[in-house]
Formats: sequence, C-alpha cells, structure tokens
Amino acid sequence: MATEQMVGAEMVIKALGDQGVDVIFGYPGGAVLPIYDALYKQNHLRHILVRHEQAAVHAAEGYARSTGKVGVVLVTSGPGATNAVTGLTDALMDSVPVVCLTGQVPTHLIGNDAFQEADTTGITRPCTKHNYLVKDINDLARVLHEAFYVARTGRPGPVVVDLPKDVLFASGAYRGPETIRHKSYRPQFEPDPARVSEAVGLIAAAKRPLFYGGGGIINSGDRACQLYAELVHLTGFPSTLTLMGLGALPASDRQFLGMVGMHGTYESNLAMHDCDLMIAVGSRFDDRVTGRLNAFSPNSKKIHIDIDPSSLNKNVRVDVPIVGDAAATLEAIIAGLKAKRWKPEREALALWWKEIEGWRARNCLAYAKDGKVIKPQYAIERLYQLTRGGKDVFVTTEVGQHQMWAAQFFKFEEPKHWMTSGGLGTMGYGLPAAMGVQIAHPDALVIDIAGEASILMNIQEMSTVCQYRLPVKVFIINNQYMGMVRQWQELLHGGRYSESYTASLPDFVKLADAFGAVGLRASKPDDVDRVIKEMLAVDKAVIVDMVVDQMENCFPMIPSGAAHNEMLLGPADKKASGPGPVTEEGMVLV
Amino acid sequence: MSDIEKHTIAVLVDNEPGILARVVGLFSGRGYNIESLTVAEVDSKNRLSRITVVTSGTRMIVEQIKAQLSRLVPVHAVRDLTDEGPHVGRELALIKVTSVGEKRIESLRLADIFRARVIDSTIESFVFEMTGSTEKLNAFINLMEPLGLVDVSRTGVVAISRGPARF
Repeated sequence: MATEQMVGAEMVIKALGDQGVDVIFGYPGGAVLPIYDALYKQNHLRHILVRHEQAAVHAAEGYARSTGKVGVVLVTSGPGATNAVTGLTDALMDSVPVVCLTGQVPTHLIGNDAFQEADTTGITRPCTKHNYLVKDINDLARVLHEAFYVARTGRPGPVVVDLPKDVLFASGAYRGPETIRHKSYRPQFEPDPARVSEAVGLIAAAKRPLFYGGGGIINSGDRACQLYAELVHLTGFPSTLTLMGLGALPASDRQFLGMVGMHGTYESNLAMHDCDLMIAVGSRFDDRVTGRLNAFSPNSKKIHIDIDPSSLNKNVRVDVPIVGDAAATLEAIIAGLKAKRWKPEREALALWWKEIEGWRARNCLAYAKDGKVIKPQYAIERLYQLTRGGKDVFVTTEVGQHQMWAAQFFKFEEPKHWMTSGGLGTMGYGLPAAMGVQIAHPDALVIDIAGEASILMNIQEMSTVCQYRLPVKVFIINNQYMGMVRQWQELLHGGRYSESYTASLPDFVKLADAFGAVGLRASKPDDVDRVIKEMLAVDKAVIVDMVVDQMENCFPMIPSGAAHNEMLLGPADKKASGPGPVTEEGMVLV
Repeated sequence: MSDIEKHTIAVLVDNEPGILARVVGLFSGRGYNIESLTVAEVDSKNRLSRITVVTSGTRMIVEQIKAQLSRLVPVHAVRDLTDEGPHVGRELALIKVTSVGEKRIESLRLADIFRARVIDSTIESFVFEMTGSTEKLNAFINLMEPLGLVDVSRTGVVAISRGPARF
C-alpha cells in the first residue's frame, strides 16, 4: 500500500471516502474551516447543512438506522461539540453507529480557555462508545479508520474524533483502512458452543416459551432478522418485540404478540409474566420492559443472547447468558435444534397459545371512538392504513404519548423502517432523524409522527428540510399538552398539571408556510382522511397539525413500580382500583 | 439483599491520555465503589499500564464492573484476582508521627515489631515506611494514632496472582 502525503483536512476527506461515506451532516465553524475548505474542493462527499448540531447527530442516526451504515457528523469546537452531546448520548443508548468529527483549538492552545474551546473528549467520554483526541498528524488516518471500526462493530455506538486545527493543517502520510488492526478491541462474534447447546436443551423442553427480541437483532443485520423469523417459525413459539426491535419480525406474523413493556400489549406482557422460558435476543431487560424487577417473569428460565457482555445479568439474572452476534447465535441454535430432529411439544404449546389467544381477545389497543374530536389513536391508525401499499414507508417519532401510539398502531413489516429515541427518550429526535432517513432514501415516504411540544425542540430543521427539498411529512398529534407528562400528573400527582400545558403554540400551518413547506390542519374526525391524502399528494415537506383529544391517555400501561400482570387496560381500570394504581415506591421511579 | 463482596481486579490497559479518567468515570458514573486504585506503566515497549482496583459490591455488581471494564476500548484484559485463585496484594504507606519522650520511644518500638523502616527523622518526628497487606497497615496506623500520628500517605493495593501463570 503506497502512502500518500497530504494535509490533515484532506486526510479526513480521503478517509471518509475510503470508509464508503457518501454524506455527512454538519455545521461549520472556526476550528473546522480547513475541513470545509477541503470539502469545497471535492465532489464525492455530500454535506448536509443542519441548523443545530444536535440535529446533525440525530440526522446521522436516522441515516444509520435506516441503512445499517455508519452515520457521519462534522461540527466545530466548543459549542459545536457541546450541542452534539444530546445526540451522541442518544446514539449510545440506542446503539447507533455514528462517527462524529469535532473541531478543536490548536494543540498549543488546549487547556488555555481559548475561544470556542471545550474539553470535548472529557465531556463526551461517558456518552460515546469511545473517543479520540488526535494530537499528531501521524495518528490521524489510523484513528479515523479505527473510529469507523469501533462504531460499527460489536454493539454499535457513537465515536468522537476531536481534531485540533493545527493537525488539520499539518502534512503527513495517509494510510488506508486495510492497514488497521486494533490493539485491544475484539468484540466476540461467535457464541460459545456449550452455551448454545444449553439453550437448545431449554428450548426443546419448553412448554410456555416466549421470544423477546430487541433492537440488537436489527443492528446485527437483515440476516439476523431472517434467522429470528426462521427460529420463531421453526419452534412455533410466540414472540414479542421491544420498542427498538419493531420490524425485526413482521408485524403481521401470527406469532407476533405486539410490543412488550410499559405501553406494550396485554398479551405480550402477560406472556412475559407467565412464560416458563424466555429467549431474549438483542434486548436488554430495560426498566420500561421489566416493570418491577422482583415480580418480573418469576417462573421462567431465561436465555439471553447479546453481543455486549455487560448487558448480560445486568438487571435480571439469566440462566443461560450467551455472548455473541445475533445472527451467528441464532444460526447455531437453529442448527442445534435441527441436529436433534426436535419437534415442538404440540399439546403443551397448543395450551399455551390458547391462553395467549384469550389475552389477545381482550383487544387491549381498543379505544373509545368519538364523532366530534379526533382521537390520537384514530389519526395514527388512519395514517397507517392510508400509507399502505404505496411507497416504502419510514417512520420516525419524537418522544411521548404520540411515540407510544405510533409504536402501537403503526405496523412494521420490515426492519430499519422505524426510528425512535428509545433509551434516552430525546424530544426533538424525530424531525432531524427523518431528514437523515430521507437523504438515505430519497424516493421513500418518510413521516415524523410528532407531538406539538417535541417538534418545537428542533423545529429549526424545517429550514434544512426545505433547503434540500426533502419531502418529509411532519404529522403532529397536537393535544396542547406534553401529553405523557400530563398523563403521569393525572395518574400520580392528583391531576395537578404543573407546566405541562403548551401555551402560545405557533400556528403550525402558517409556520410551515413560513419555512416554505405546506401546512395542513385537521380538527374533526371527518377531516382526518382528507388531510392525510392531501399530505401524501404533496411532493414536498408538509406539516400536518392534527388537533386531537386533549385528555386522551396512552393505554395499556404498566404503572411504574408495578408488575406485568398489574397492567392497566384503560381509564376504567384506574377507577376500579381506588385512589390510584401507583405505589409510593413506584412514584419515585421515572 | 445479597452479600457485599470485596474484589481485587487487575486491568491491563493502553497507556494513553484519558485512560484513567475512563476507568474512574465508569465507576463514578455507574455508582460503583472504589476502595483503592493504583496505576503505573508496566510494559514500556508496548505502552501498557496496569491498574489494580479494589472494589466491593454484590456478586452481580462485581460481574457488571468486570464486564463494563472489558467494554472500554483501550482495555486489553480484566482479571478478577479474588475469583481466579490465590494472589498476593501489597500496599505501601508513609506514616508521619510527631511526639517526644515515652511516646516517641514507643512508636519506634512498635515500628520495629511491624518491620516499618524509619526513612526520615527529626528531634520531634519520624516518617515510617511500611509495606504489607491493607490489614497490617491499618493495624499499625491505628497503633500510631495515640502516639502522635499526623499524616498518612498510602499507595493503595497492588496485586498479582501466585504461581507461574502470566496475566
């Protein structure tokens, strides 16, 4: 491999090219001017100019999660880097591969409180998978390639590379990605065969089993999703999925029970509580899933497959922890079952399914329809139905009630079509993420299902959307409240709606117009279909203001501190149990 | 609740800027306990440092600590010396005692029994150097308390496995 001499800024562009990057999301500033100059002189790398650095990271996340590739961000030093912190934390919590290049003051000024200086590696240490400060041009190429390797392999995550300005001007030898072998970082890909055969033994003996799949299946890749479906079908076992895992198994699959967790389906949560074997694949026993830990699935053996050893036995003690890639492990389990010529215990399984069908028959997502006001569930249900059979549909969300309704009422048949902030719960995620998705899939229909409070957190990105003529649809479920905050205040704080009412909202129709997008509004149930169809007919960015029932709550719900079998199915449930379903202990929980 | 266990963990890491901050930040960020921590370069050719950390927690927490440490990118290896068989651990302390008369003589006598060395002396003070287990150091320091103890500086535990096996 011949080495080429070039300056640091050129090396950055060259390395991005060699890593297969075709688009970066960024915002210029003093410390990164040399990179922007190098960008100006080339044609293969497209730069998307955002309006706030947080949005650059979310856009890169949307790009990454909808393509399976690494999303790339370029921001300046100081405030550029600190603004990116929320996005980086979001990417860390949801295991999204992102490489974020941050400018830094020249090396001789580091530590001097120079203009736009921040201790970027210090600040981002706990919110990245790894970070680097490059002080020597001779390290630059290696670090850049390492950053991509670390970001995308193992459990993916964000990596920051901090680039002092003098390094960008310095001249050095470029090395290609093929020369890189990391000194210490070795994610374990292949599962331990002994553990796999233990898992096969448990699966073969199960009578009331449940698959519990998470975002790790999607992160592993399309092959892992295929193998997951294959194993689910081979065994005939029911499967639930986490918020992050939606799409890993087609929503229309008969064996899919819907989402699990706080606002998951009744059948999923009861199956989780009552199963005798839980097979967790790429999921992490998050507190939104488990509910009260000492009441979590008390009678089950648990198999947990995860590529991150620190996810195993973290919240819940499992019987068979398996470190490994989801695809490699599922393949080994399928091979193990086939080698045994194992057949499911039909009778036991039929009884289990009968019980599940009983829970399913409760129709837990049912809601009271109304002729006068738009129910938020109805709006999302219609959005789903009216967007079927057309273009490829990608959905992003903000955070809150609308997010949960979207997860309940929008059905995903494929992985990588659902982008939501699960771990960090970042309001303001959806619009920039939708930008990133639309950049990656220019011909697809990309919808940000939003709330009127969340959307205002990154509304400035409408300017980016319009600059690049991205036909993103922003579908605002407008109840004039921070709905989930209001719901918790109703259930936990005696209906004292402290600061959760969003007064002085902008007129979203006019706001859309001001940005150069199209604004539409629906205030009555009869308007819903017409407005959605109009939205779909417009070949540019649209903001839809769905004025919905202000007081609707998101059900089913496992109140904090409660167990899966203490789920509330609707408003009537709350009244039945007296003063309130939430214990003192539960109130302390988030 | 499960029992709290004390573990001595050795971590082999790249000697690069920020590595100690990563390790310490991991403990503080996740609410783990550090009883002592030592670090120094042990392999200059490969630029490797060895961190010895004494921590305590339930079995599940200790397993988490090891998994989280292993997850740090510049970490080469993590060994739980407490779990992996016999090991020896030593700590070094510098102990300053100021006293005159009977107390001064008594401190010197006890230092002799504990095999502490005098490495600095004035008419009214001694600095003792002592190496040993944490318990032995604690015992000596407790004895010095009424005899004019004014200052203690301790290294924290360094530890290594017994027998011929490498890290």
